Amino acid sequence: MTTQTRKSIFNRPEKSYVHPYFGGVVLGIVLFLAFFLTGNGLGSSGATSRIDAAIVDAISPSHVDNNPYLLKMAGGEKNPLDDWIVPVFFGALLGGFSSGFFNGRLKFMTTKGPNISDRTRWLMAFLGGVIFLYGARLARGCTSGQALSGGATLSAGSWVVMFAIFGGAYGVAYFVRKFWN
Amino acid sequence: MNFPLPSLNAVSAANPWTYVLFAAIGFAFGYTLEMSGFGDSRKLAAQFYFTEMTVLKVMFTAITVAMVLLFGAVGLGLLDFSQVWVNPTYLASGIVGGLIMGVGFIVGGFCPTTSLASASTGKIDGMLFMLGGFVGAFLFGETEKYFDGWYTNAGYFGRLTLDQVFGIPVGAVVLIVILMALFMFWGGEQLERIFGKRDLAKEPRLRVVGGVALFAAAVAVLAIGSPSLADRYNKVTFTRTETVEQLNADPIVNTYVYTADEMLANRLVFTSPAEAFKAKYNQSMNPVYLDVRSEADYNLYHIEDAVNVPLERMLEVVPVLLSEPPANTVFILISNDEAAAVDTWKLLVGSSVQNVYILEGGVNNWIAFFGNDDKTLHPNPNAGDDQLGYLFPAALGSRYESCSPDPIEYEKLEFEQKIKLQLKRDKSGGGCG
Repeated sequence: MTTQTRKSIFNRPEKSYVHPYFGGVVLGIVLFLAFFLTGNGLGSSGATSRIDAAIVDAISPSHVDNNPYLLKMAGGEKNPLDDWIVPVFFGALLGGFSSGFFNGRLKFMTTKGPNISDRTRWLMAFLGGVIFLYGARLARGCTSGQALSGGATLSAGSWVVMFAIFGGAYGVAYFVRKFWN
Repeated sequence: MNFPLPSLNAVSAANPWTYVLFAAIGFAFGYTLEMSGFGDSRKLAAQFYFTEMTVLKVMFTAITVAMVLLFGAVGLGLLDFSQVWVNPTYLASGIVGGLIMGVGFIVGGFCPTTSLASASTGKIDGMLFMLGGFVGAFLFGETEKYFDGWYTNAGYFGRLTLDQVFGIPVGAVVLIVILMALFMFWGGEQLERIFGKRDLAKEPRLRVVGGVALFAAAVAVLAIGSPSLADRYNKVTFTRTETVEQLNADPIVNTYVYTADEMLANRLVFTSPAEAFKAKYNQSMNPVYLDVRSEADYNLYHIEDAVNVPLERMLEVVPVLLSEPPANTVFILISNDEAAAVDTWKLLVGSSVQNVYILEGGVNNWIAFFGNDDKTLHPNPNAGDDQLGYLFPAALGSRYESCSPDPIEYEKLEFEQKIKLQLKRDKSGGGCG
């Protein structure tokens, strides 16, 4: 991963990624500050289901009233978007974009293994998103909300979720190796 | 100042800066993930073929750094851990959900937040993962009703931390986690050398220094320990308002801040039998009557619905009280008189349990108020301090008439309102939920 001369859409030279341990230290400090100031950690999958709930609420409020899960977030006077995780979600999008911009990594492309077509990769990415978020809602949090945040606060359940995520991925990795290698 | 700041617990339109703060946290989050390489699905997937362990390194460095800082701040008394969101443990749904997430991870090549970093930098697969995520979360919302009962209680243990599971000090857990992480970093690098053909000689030496620093910090956290109950008790403050009506003008609202000891001295936490009884029929609160006396006294006589938790066992149930789901729960402590209840009150307040009150005069006062006409109860002239002031013909528990006063007979009761409901922050809004 050395600096390459490949030009991005903003014609900035593409810089290499930071060292993983350095990235981890910065991420750890961000996570700590989030807990220290607000008492909440990091997360994003909660925002996905809240945005879903807002869309459903806008199209068919009566559907929300008949759905116990959506009712916890929407329905009545509740605005599903009025939660801290929603600004975190949009902040993360902007933060990712900014890092991409300053480091010359803004580029329309598909990241995939060498032996599959773009279309297959797109289908798999979409499917993976469906599966991941379904699991994230079931486990009440994703890699950020459970593994990172719950891991740092030593939540017993979050450590279980973390190992289950790695277990699930390692367990299936062999069968999908053609997608990546 | 006590961290975390209560005003920053949640976003609120009354305080628009909260949106900016959470967006800034999200910004830093997204920025860090992208600069670590998590916008590229190949880097993430490589973790599961042992060729590049970036996911493990970034994740466990972040967890350990945050953990050391967090429990260091708690140990130094800067941060109130009871006000920090800890994901409640749902064992069964956590395991099933985690396994499903793992499959989604290796099939899709991202996790939710990394897909944001990827999509925002123009990666088409990242965008499609994000889109799929909306569909997956929607499907969950639509299908949850088929297993709602299971989902709501799937191996629920409430707020449970690893130090409680293993029964060791939290500093020891911090140290063990860090040793485990350092071992995994070492192992991960060996795997990269073997499977990823990486030359470890080119890795920065600084990482070893960082590892030693992390270990030293963990030892420091263990040495600092946790703040004592007394320290935490002395830091608790209560706010009470007093409204003074003015002739021809708006009423003046005075706000007072009391320490816990002042609350006791001014008897602001003592609720009369009448108020304690009426709380049961008050829609706005959910009273829990905690009888802190010995089991023998409890068996002789206790107020209906009271739960017996002797003072010496109270520390064990604090985690349960802290995770008591409804925010409007009011705990009313009951002793024979007041002494044991006051001790319990100090313990619970020091442990950050909210809305704790003491039954004024305890059971003796309750009987004097509601059981005056019960001819089977005789005052006991020899009762000592905080002992039952009555003699009972039999250990009838809560089957004396005065244990459950008739709500119709006592419909109209005059009392000074001492219970001021303090709503905890919405726990369901915490975490990723």
